[in-house]
Amino acid sequence: MSQTVIQDPSAAIDIKVDVELRNVFKVFNGDTAVRGIDISICQGEFFSILGPSGCGKTTTLRLIAGFEEPTGGEILIRGKSVAHVPPYLRPVNTVFQSYALFNHMTVLDNIAFGLRIKRLGKAEIQQRVSEALRLVKMESFARRFPSQLSGGQQQRVALARALVNRPAVVLLDEPLGALDLKLRKEMQVELSNLHQTLGVTFIMVTHDQEEALSLSDRIAVMHEGRIEQIGTPSDIYENPQTPFVADFIGDTNLFQGYVEASDPAALQITTDKGLKMVVQPQETWNGATSQPVVVSVRPEKIQVSLNELDNQPNCYSGRLKHVMYLGTHVHYLVELSSGDCLTVLQPNRAESLPALHTPIHVYWSATDCLALTA
Amino acid sequence: MLLVPAGAWLLLLLVAPSLMILEFSLHPGLRPGQAFGAYGLGNYLQIFQPIYLQVIGRSLYFAISSTLTCLLLGFPVAYWIAVMAPKRWQNLLLVGFVLPLWTSSLLRSYAWITILRPTGVLNTLLSTIGLPTLDLLNQQSAVLIGLSYNFLPYMVLILYASLEKLDKRLLEAAADLGANPQQVFWKVTVPQTLPGIAAGCLLVFITSLGDFVVPELLGGASSMTAARLIYNQFLGATRNWGFGSSLSMLLILAVSVSIALLIKYGDQEPERY
Repeated sequence: MSQTVIQDPSAAIDIKVDVELRNVFKVFNGDTAVRGIDISICQGEFFSILGPSGCGKTTTLRLIAGFEEPTGGEILIRGKSVAHVPPYLRPVNTVFQSYALFNHMTVLDNIAFGLRIKRLGKAEIQQRVSEALRLVKMESFARRFPSQLSGGQQQRVALARALVNRPAVVLLDEPLGALDLKLRKEMQVELSNLHQTLGVTFIMVTHDQEEALSLSDRIAVMHEGRIEQIGTPSDIYENPQTPFVADFIGDTNLFQGYVEASDPAALQITTDKGLKMVVQPQETWNGATSQPVVVSVRPEKIQVSLNELDNQPNCYSGRLKHVMYLGTHVHYLVELSSGDCLTVLQPNRAESLPALHTPIHVYWSATDCLALTA
Repeated sequence: MLLVPAGAWLLLLLVAPSLMILEFSLHPGLRPGQAFGAYGLGNYLQIFQPIYLQVIGRSLYFAISSTLTCLLLGFPVAYWIAVMAPKRWQNLLLVGFVLPLWTSSLLRSYAWITILRPTGVLNTLLSTIGLPTLDLLNQQSAVLIGLSYNFLPYMVLILYASLEKLDKRLLEAAADLGANPQQVFWKVTVPQTLPGIAAGCLLVFITSLGDFVVPELLGGASSMTAARLIYNQFLGATRNWGFGSSLSMLLILAVSVSIALLIKYGDQEPERY
């Protein structure tokens, strides 16, 4: 896995680490929001922290920004511990979830705020502000007040206000959460372009897995204050290490079961509902026989057939319970004779759709599913 | 049609008396029981005599000083209750602060007499711990103490309402952009709460300017104010209703201008331009 390379300190000599969290804990009045997380974020990386609400991701971001002090552990920015360093002395700038623009100032004054605090020269401030305005395509709005802007425009101002300070790290707290779908897609592209143009480290917090997958170099999936997995988007999607990650990222079908027999090439698994499955173990597999496991099969990896097939390892019969026509794809809900319900996603091949309650067979290869230790 | 009862009420209790005062003020030297003489501006010209200008100046001085005192004392208190105190204590702290308003202002002023008089609570305390005693009662300082004490709760209430609405994320955003706590205060907190500050100041200014009880009870002979002067003209020894009325008109004008300013600027949200 790629993150092991980066997280191993001896291998990271030539990769500059911008932000490092070492065994960080945060407790609020007895509630543990963050339970010992380790993250290393490299210079220039687009790093996302992904998880459901309440998983501790925003707390993690606030710890890096300095709005909260960790209860335990250590945070380093550019190699220096930032313990007890107040937010205004940290080389990071935040794009807040609801932008937090100063509504008593114009767009221009908002963006110039950080530079004026630093008492830069008038000419330099002017030059850098107009550069930032150009970067987010808001040149013609400099004299407006935030209340006179749309959500997307406010978002751009918030970005410019952070970027103009040329921070080591830009922290983005659900930056696109308040925008409608179409605008969100547009801003995703712009955010990605900005990141590539500037080469600054971006750390983004989001609950939107699609956003995280499409934008990030690496993703940390958080759950109940812990990190479940860190990896590239394809790593996270194709090789989830825990049932939570498999379930949270994309759609999946999960079967609880246990390992009946294992050899390096294939695991024989029996599910709790009695299905026999053959699964090729992941490289990291270290489970033993009779180990409880969860088998995960993505809906798009499942094939359907009206005829019975003999030579397929994972082939089960069932009835078609529901069909949803999605245009590019067709979504099937199949009830197996074991009682399990499977979601199946097939590309639309312009065939006539099978009728409801038709007996149907589903199958997938041993390499198209994963066995995760439960 | 729905406005008729309220309109009639307003006409009867506010507009009619004001017009009566206006009528009185236009008859120079009008005394009770006397028939209206010729119209004239004599009552208004009388205001410009140095001794009366001094009284008006003193009234303004009291009003402005007590406003500033209330702002300087009230802002930290309101800030503390609204921003720093735990949420569940906020209402209790606020009630505690407003509690004095439940007693009459007359009573509170008498209480200050017992505190400030030469043999009062304060001086007893001072002499017990070996400090020189203070002669505050019947001085201007006693008026300032009394006015500030009386109107501080109003200031705190209004500032609290303003600070409570303050978006705390703006404070974080400013800190994030490199502003230290002082810079956050002057560049974000103050501009964001300016409408509340203006409203609080105008309210304290107006009520201090028109207050009669505090200067009368605590101020002594050296603290003649416009309100006391009006009282003297109507009910005191002088009994010059005409002059009293012109002074009243002046006070009504000053208060009206202040209220107009308050309506125009005080309630304006910072995002409306």
